[in-house]
Amino acid sequence: MKSIFIALRMLVVLTILTGVIYPLVVTLAAQAVFPAQANGSLETRDGVVVGSSLIGQNMNGDPSYFWSRPSAIGYSPLPSSGSNLGPTSATLAQTVAERAAAFREANALPEDAVVPTEMLFASGSGLDPHISPEAARLQVERVAAARGLAVEQVNALVDAAIEAPQFVFLGQPRVNVLLLNLALDEAANG
Amino acid sequence: MTPLELLQIVIFFGVLIVLTPLLGGFMAHVFAGERTLLTPVLRPVEGIIYRLSGVNATEEQDWHGYAIALIAFNVLGFLVVFLLQLAQGALPLNPAGLASVEPALAFNTATSFMTNTNWQSYAGETTMSYATQMLGLAVQNFVSAATGIAVVIALTRGLARRTAHTLGNFWVDLVRATLYVLLPVSLILALLLVSQGVVQNFNAYTEATTLMGETQVLPQGPAASQIAIKQLGSNGGGFFNVNSAHPFENPTPLSNFLQMLSLLLIAAALTNTYGRMIGSQRQGWVIFGAMLTLLAAGLSLMLVSEYSANPMFGIAGVMEGKEVRFGITNSILWGAATTAASNGSVNAMHSSFTPLAGGIAMLNMLLGEIIFGGVGAGLYGMLIFVILTVFIAGLMVGRTPEYLGKKIEAREIQMAIVAILLPSAAVLLMTAFASVTEAGLSNRANAGPHGFSEILYAFASASNNNGSAFAGLNANTPFYNVLLGIAMWIGRFGVIVPVLAIAGSMVGKKTAPPSPGTFPTDGAVFAGLLIAVILIVGALTFFPALTLGPIVEHLLMAAGRSF
Repeated sequence: MKSIFIALRMLVVLTILTGVIYPLVVTLAAQAVFPAQANGSLETRDGVVVGSSLIGQNMNGDPSYFWSRPSAIGYSPLPSSGSNLGPTSATLAQTVAERAAAFREANALPEDAVVPTEMLFASGSGLDPHISPEAARLQVERVAAARGLAVEQVNALVDAAIEAPQFVFLGQPRVNVLLLNLALDEAANG
Repeated sequence: MTPLELLQIVIFFGVLIVLTPLLGGFMAHVFAGERTLLTPVLRPVEGIIYRLSGVNATEEQDWHGYAIALIAFNVLGFLVVFLLQLAQGALPLNPAGLASVEPALAFNTATSFMTNTNWQSYAGETTMSYATQMLGLAVQNFVSAATGIAVVIALTRGLARRTAHTLGNFWVDLVRATLYVLLPVSLILALLLVSQGVVQNFNAYTEATTLMGETQVLPQGPAASQIAIKQLGSNGGGFFNVNSAHPFENPTPLSNFLQMLSLLLIAAALTNTYGRMIGSQRQGWVIFGAMLTLLAAGLSLMLVSEYSANPMFGIAGVMEGKEVRFGITNSILWGAATTAASNGSVNAMHSSFTPLAGGIAMLNMLLGEIIFGGVGAGLYGMLIFVILTVFIAGLMVGRTPEYLGKKIEAREIQMAIVAILLPSAAVLLMTAFASVTEAGLSNRANAGPHGFSEILYAFASASNNNGSAFAGLNANTPFYNVLLGIAMWIGRFGVIVPVLAIAGSMVGKKTAPPSPGTFPTDGAVFAGLLIAVILIVGALTFFPALTLGPIVEHLLMAAGRSF
């Protein structure tokens, strides 16, 4: 019986410590030191929130923007999800074949062109903000044509958007699609 | 795989090896009640906690007293999280206006967080309010981890003390683990994660208008504080549905590296704490070595499998379920570490791994979550196998088995067998039951052997308190919520109680000095024998089940079959 009363009081005390004080201290410190990151790394344009630089967007279908990876949830974040299709899924095999054909057609690539694998497969979160530099380059001509921009100019934007591995050894080179598209809009308007 | 990616793996394990004796030494001081760097600040807080909760910190408990206090505290914690979910709709800190959780899901989730499993039948961003996440789930993240640490410290005292009666005081061990170890490290990690982009706020969800003119609702919340302890405490329950694959939960390669490191850190360091407390760091390193060997072997197989071509696509390195910022190597490294460590957080969807990579993930769990394992839980599980190995070695040479100078007798072996058999029986019986009932079969997302793997993975994960999933399986049904919940209770307390019983019987034994006939437990031969016993027990128990799932799927995939 004594144990139960101690347990109850201990649970209350530890709840206050780890469930109230701890998250509040982290929140105060985070908001003071890293306010932009703590609030979702939001990107605004003309005072309107256009998204988060960490969360991908559904761009597919508009030839004048760089396209994101396939997403099992169409980049709608509530809730996040992958496809969870397994390595012997016939559904996945068919979907991948269709995506490969669609990507080649949209970007006027030859039948035997290798499509980067992240453009064939849906991400784990359904919200992946990145594609590989190769996947961006394959879209340059389409975007340049749709915008009436010079290919070199669009290529330069892609070059500037490539993020190197962090501290040289962590991760791999990648391109943030939303940031690249924002830069593209700015270049087209400017 | 590029040389750079190989370098990431080497650096990862290098940092883990360097940190193990540092944190391990610190924890040895903490649990002995000795002065550390944090004592001037935290000792007064510790005193206040004892006074407020009515604990006499100088009083020690025998194994019964220790177990009763532990169970009372955990059952109460379960009830609070259960009730909090049922009431969430009427409580504040719910800017998304989420409804109260229905009872079967609330039972599953409360069990899941109390048992350090953190299986998720729900999607955090659309189910749990900020109040539930903070006051319920995050608190259990701390105290379930501290409970695991307390149990292994009690077992260690049982082995180290001579002809004694008590194992320490559960309340003191619980408070010290939380206050001196989990809270300070979480605080640092949480801020590092925010610097990388993990959200930490109490804002309402943000509506964005995308470049295409669509509305995109971005979830928010106090995520970083919870993710830090989620990783450090081998909990693994994500703030968001896809866990650390979510860009708000794990935004950069650096945040990924830190989270992977912290999911092994405390479990690894405890091997060193153990060594120091029994007076031989070497004994701790032998156990660390056995764990690292098993982890490295599994990781290698997973990498080879994932980098081999899937004939259905003609592509090696399939990116289904993976994020570009992590790539294949970091997804697999995480997958190996999180299933070995009983963490269960994911940064890629395990269901979309190749059959053998997914199969090794299952095997890591099925071996009993002893390859580093959960904080505390991994080491006490491993010590069960150590006792079993000493026993088998004793049988082979015809001597009474001894460990650390203490005789291993019938009671210890009986308890060890109970601790090994209960979770294994739960996995096999429940998987079999689900595989022949409509309620079990109708929730699979994949057909063929992969569908069976989804069910086997779920019960392997729940019974061994891991929490990761082949997430295609829709487990948010009364059938799975209740059955998996029961598996988690069995897997947690079906091991903790026998372990404390062993501690209780060992603590009273005399210690004999080693004789020339004593089988040494601090060398590579013992580590090899230990690994062999683990693999033999695991293989004998689970080979048939694994054959029906990942192994047959691998063979069919190689033959070009799809479902």
